[in-house]
Amino acid sequence: MPEKRPAVLDVKDIETVFNTRRGTIHAVNSVSFSLEPGELLGVVGESGSGKSVTMMSLIGLLPTPPARVTGGYVKFDNIDLLKADAQQLRAVRGAKIGFIFQDPMTSLNPVLTIGFQLMEPLRTHMGMKKAAAKKRAVELLDLVGMPDAERRLSDFPHQFSGGMRQRVVIAMALACDPKVLIADEPTTALDVTIQAQILELVKDLRRKLGMAIIWITHDLGVVAGIADRVMVMYGGQIVEQAPVRELFENPQHPYTRALIETVPDIGAERPERLRTVEGQPSILYARPSACSFRTRCAHAFERCGKENPPLLVTDKAHHVACFWDSATGEPRNV
Amino acid sequence: MSETSAAPLVSIEGLKMYFPIHAGLFRRHVGDIKAVDDISLEIFEGETLGLVGESGCGKSTVGRATLRLYDITAGSITIDGTNTSKINQADLRRFRPRMQMIFQDPQGSLNPRMNVADIVGEPLDEHMSLSRDERLARIHELLDAVGLNRSFANRYPHEFSGGQRQRIGIARALALNPKFIVCDEPISALDVSIQAQVVNLLEDLQKKFGLTYLFISHDLSMVHHIADRVAVMYLGKIVELAPRDQLFNSPLHPYTQALLSAVPEPNPARQNTRVHIVLKGDVPSPSDPPAGCNFCTRCPKAIDICHHLEPQTIEIEPGRFAACHLLESATKVA
Ligand SMILES: Nc1ncnc2c1ncn2[C@@H]1O[C@H](COP(=O)(O)OP(=O)(O)OP(=O)(O)O)[C@@H](O)[C@H]1O
Ligand SMILES: Nc1ncnc2c1ncn2[C@@H]1O[C@H](COP(=O)(O)OP(=O)(O)O)[C@@H](O)[C@H]1O
Ligand code: SF4
Ligand code: SF4
Ligand SMILES: [Mg+2]
Ligand SMILES: [Mg+2]
Repeated sequence: MPEKRPAVLDVKDIETVFNTRRGTIHAVNSVSFSLEPGELLGVVGESGSGKSVTMMSLIGLLPTPPARVTGGYVKFDNIDLLKADAQQLRAVRGAKIGFIFQDPMTSLNPVLTIGFQLMEPLRTHMGMKKAAAKKRAVELLDLVGMPDAERRLSDFPHQFSGGMRQRVVIAMALACDPKVLIADEPTTALDVTIQAQILELVKDLRRKLGMAIIWITHDLGVVAGIADRVMVMYGGQIVEQAPVRELFENPQHPYTRALIETVPDIGAERPERLRTVEGQPSILYARPSACSFRTRCAHAFERCGKENPPLLVTDKAHHVACFWDSATGEPRNV
Repeated sequence: MSETSAAPLVSIEGLKMYFPIHAGLFRRHVGDIKAVDDISLEIFEGETLGLVGESGCGKSTVGRATLRLYDITAGSITIDGTNTSKINQADLRRFRPRMQMIFQDPQGSLNPRMNVADIVGEPLDEHMSLSRDERLARIHELLDAVGLNRSFANRYPHEFSGGQRQRIGIARALALNPKFIVCDEPISALDVSIQAQVVNLLEDLQKKFGLTYLFISHDLSMVHHIADRVAVMYLGKIVELAPRDQLFNSPLHPYTQALLSAVPEPNPARQNTRVHIVLKGDVPSPSDPPAGCNFCTRCPKAIDICHHLEPQTIEIEPGRFAACHLLESATKVA
């Protein structure tokens, strides 16, 4: 068996809550996963399933209050990020873990040139002189496929199209050679042809730079094309996790199976009616004490309302949190 | 359902919708945004015509102009035997019941201060004189039709999920028994598992009430599912129009080919067999379209003539239309 390299990021039992007027929302419920060096981990799930909050919890990006990470640890670079002080966190965020958001304007300051915004972290985190930072900024823009990079340093964000802005944000996230890149729905707001350009770019950057990537999306087609491994979230929990091909060929959780079936497939026979998952996800005002999917699940049975299914390892790399065994179509014997 | 022998319910000829650009101290007219630039199409009774293309290419403008929500720049629109293109806005009121629109953002298109009964009942109040009981009976009938509980009638939009809000919008659009509905990205703001529910509902309603849809979307997989025929737009023009299966199985226009190849493939097993055409650059501005073919700045197949002569739309096979110089010579040779 090949030797397993230590994970770059090791997340264990993360719990995150929001204190709101209506009560405490349990947004992330005991999420654990690890990220291997150079791996691309896809995270899917519908809106509100906890994808963004999980990742933002890792590096202290949530507004506190109303958010509070109430448990777990995040091992990165031999420290626990949940215990790190503000200065340590700033250093990690600016340099070692890059973050890309759905809306590029979240990361860009509209009144500063993109040259300034690219050079800033290089000077503060890497201690570069102005000339060196400028040279690196041009390199980075070249790297993300920005035509005429040097001239565009003096342009402001509004002078770029949506796709070009997202390239700038990717360049910024890559500026200090991060070990981990977390991309939260980075192509959701883009057109398909522009999304295709960004996906090609990311594949190419991975080959060249080899960082590990966490790619959040609600589009199964996107993860199918770029991920090595996929994590499916529902109700603030990981309900299934497997290598990408395994997940699509042998989905085991009823939610994953439904998700794969509801997405119309251009390449396949067109069904008379689309499969649906009836109902809608509910907001969790308490720590789940039963399966959160049970109100929408076609296989739910008594036990599902009494216990919250733990994440079981069904095969070496395939994990699923469900009391029903998709292989036999019967309740599991555990 | 779409038999080309059926009569067109909607025919659009040479439609242009330009938005003037004013600049300078005296707000001089310095140019035009050619949002829709000379398009022609027919929509047959009972069919769904899909309209696809990238952001800003003019899809919504076609939909809004067809319903005469704008005073159009040029062209003619005939709906159900009436030429509506020159009727003034006041007189259009009489025709409004026949044609309706469903919007992308179910949140923004519903008045937050009105309850469901009043939202759905408003068109009834404007166009019919019903007694209180008749009005309520009609509202209940509409809520039943879209699968909403009658007890929701007294609730307000913010109390509903996105999918439910879209159902309220659909109930309102159905209130006056329209024949023709423009669906402008009706599912884009919804989660995947909810999208399928709404698409199935739209299909059921079409069968039940004999509706004709113009279904605008940038989601090609959904259009593949719902449309009978599909029109592809690029920069204000229709570049290809064909029956669904022909368009998806053997796209003729280079832009359609690129657009289809950019759709993420949800089946990892087929991932490597797909041809990826990654277009360079962005869509040019509709206020300054390139000379010749609109697509020539990004077309991987462009030849000399494309940069100065605009290709004409030709019927390549019965019912299949496309505008590309390469296809002109192909038909000449044939
Ligand atoms: N009222 C208006 N005034 C000026 N320009 C407009 C107006 N409405 C639309 N446009 C412009 O016309 C072009 C086409 O817009 P339209 O909204 O029809 O695009 P679309 O294909 O529906 O895009 P999307 O997929 O983003 O909804 C765009 O360049 C847009 O900016
Ligand atoms: N600022 C906030 N205040 C209260 N609840 C929040 C806030 N942000 C997120 N949540 C809740 O946390 C849960 C997970 O949200 P999120 O991680 O954003 O979902 P996803 O990224 O998967 O769409 C949801 O129930 C959401 O309503
Ligand atoms: S645990 Fe029960 S309710 Fe939950 S997904 Fe499995 S079968 Fe369905
Ligand atoms: S006319 Fe020329 S530029 Fe336009 S699509 Fe055809 S080959 Fe491409
Ligand atoms: Mg999110
Ligand atoms: Mg639009």
